[in-house]
Amino acid sequence: MCNTCGCNITPGNRPQVLAEKPKNGVTTISVLQNLLSQNNQQAEHNRAHFDAQKVLVINLMSSPGSGKTALLEATIKRLRDSLKIAVIEGDLETENDTKRIQAQGVPAYQITTGTACHLDAHLVHNALHHMALDGLDLLFIENVGNLVCPASFDLGHHRNVVLLSVTEGDDKPAKYPVMFRAADLMLISKTDLLPHLDDFSPPSAEQNLHNLANDAQVITLSSKNGEGLDAWIAWLHAEIDRYRSLLLSNQTQRPKVQLDGQLLHATPGKTKFYPVSNKAVHI
Amino acid sequence: MHELSLCDDLLSQVVAIAAQHNAQSVESITLQIGALAGVEPALLETAFALIRVGTVAEQAELIMQTVPVTVLCQLCGTQSEVVANLLLCNACQSHETSLLSGDQLILASVALNCAD
Ligand SMILES: Nc1nc2c(ncn2[C@@H]2O[C@H](COP(=O)(O)OP(=O)(O)OP(=O)(O)O)[C@@H](O)[C@H]2O)c(=O)[nH]1
Ligand SMILES: [Mg+2]
Ligand SMILES: [Zn+2]
Ligand SMILES: [Zn+2]
Ligand SMILES: [Zn+2]
Repeated sequence: MCNTCGCNITPGNRPQVLAEKPKNGVTTISVLQNLLSQNNQQAEHNRAHFDAQKVLVINLMSSPGSGKTALLEATIKRLRDSLKIAVIEGDLETENDTKRIQAQGVPAYQITTGTACHLDAHLVHNALHHMALDGLDLLFIENVGNLVCPASFDLGHHRNVVLLSVTEGDDKPAKYPVMFRAADLMLISKTDLLPHLDDFSPPSAEQNLHNLANDAQVITLSSKNGEGLDAWIAWLHAEIDRYRSLLLSNQTQRPKVQLDGQLLHATPGKTKFYPVSNKAVHI
Repeated sequence: MHELSLCDDLLSQVVAIAAQHNAQSVESITLQIGALAGVEPALLETAFALIRVGTVAEQAELIMQTVPVTVLCQLCGTQSEVVANLLLCNACQSHETSLLSGDQLILASVALNCAD
């Protein structure tokens, strides 16, 4: 969250911090800084760019091939006459997804990450130099297909949407808790295939999500036959309205996991500064 | 697998602290890693071994403390230690809990060999 104030020092881990005297010429410096502080700083900077232009930014995450680009194509078809949309595509290689989005008449910029299996806030900031944000209502960032690390990187976006396609199995929230805990919305995709599968149960998938103490809404949909898309479009409209009213009161929206850190931060007496000092500290 | 880029950030923080304190070398680096941090300690260790070569932290020991996942129940107030994919209250089984610890990825401390 913030790099210097130690807001990741939760009530659970703080009592373990004990002071100890230096010995044998070794001085121990207490730091207590988030390893992702550089990324998080850049993400806040990105969010300030987005908020200045009043554009709601949604980070779409899933395993490879769960239907992120297909969902974007179907979404753009429905919304392009009423909203101004743009897309940032993250992939290891190829510009395929960007071409698919551009074919829908919407600006898209491709970030090819090479070997990096996730987008980070710096990559997104670089992409912003290649796109015009002014006048946009909605920016989608399609993250690299990967259920592991994209969840750890705040991009400066406002909402996390995680797709789970029915061919992946309904236990994925239990197997990838870091990702699904971060979901502001879970989409169960490719529901047109459900009749061909005997062991995917949308209620079980939802239960596995709730077991992560995440009460996010779940929408089942298919980009192929269009079922469930109305609920998804309604969610998007509601999020745009909520975001704009937050901006009116000088607030912004943060994606789920980052919000936890914020809440902790806002609670008086729960966070303390741990400045770098010469005191030896043993944890 | 972003442990290599994480190590990059880690090392630049450590090098900056060492310079600030005129350290000759870094003795050890202590991290706190929660089970919900999304980082694999073993991969982090491998990445660190590669990246520290030729720096002030070349000889540094990397100490990784894993932090258990604990939640606070919103309904009954019980604090429970839980597994990463079942964040339920141990007392009443509610999933209306908030995370107390387990998602941190923190550079906790650095032990330095200083000139004086
Ligand atoms: N049956 C069915 N197939 C779908 C649906 N959505 C996507 N697909 C198919 O799933 C495959 C992958 O879809 P993409 O939209 O490219 O998936 P993605 O998540 O963008 O993939 P990456 O960007 O590579 O991670 C394609 O062959 C799509 O035609 C759906 O709703 N139903
Ligand atoms: Mg795609
Ligand atoms: Zn900028
Ligand atoms: Zn990664
Ligand atoms: Zn309880």
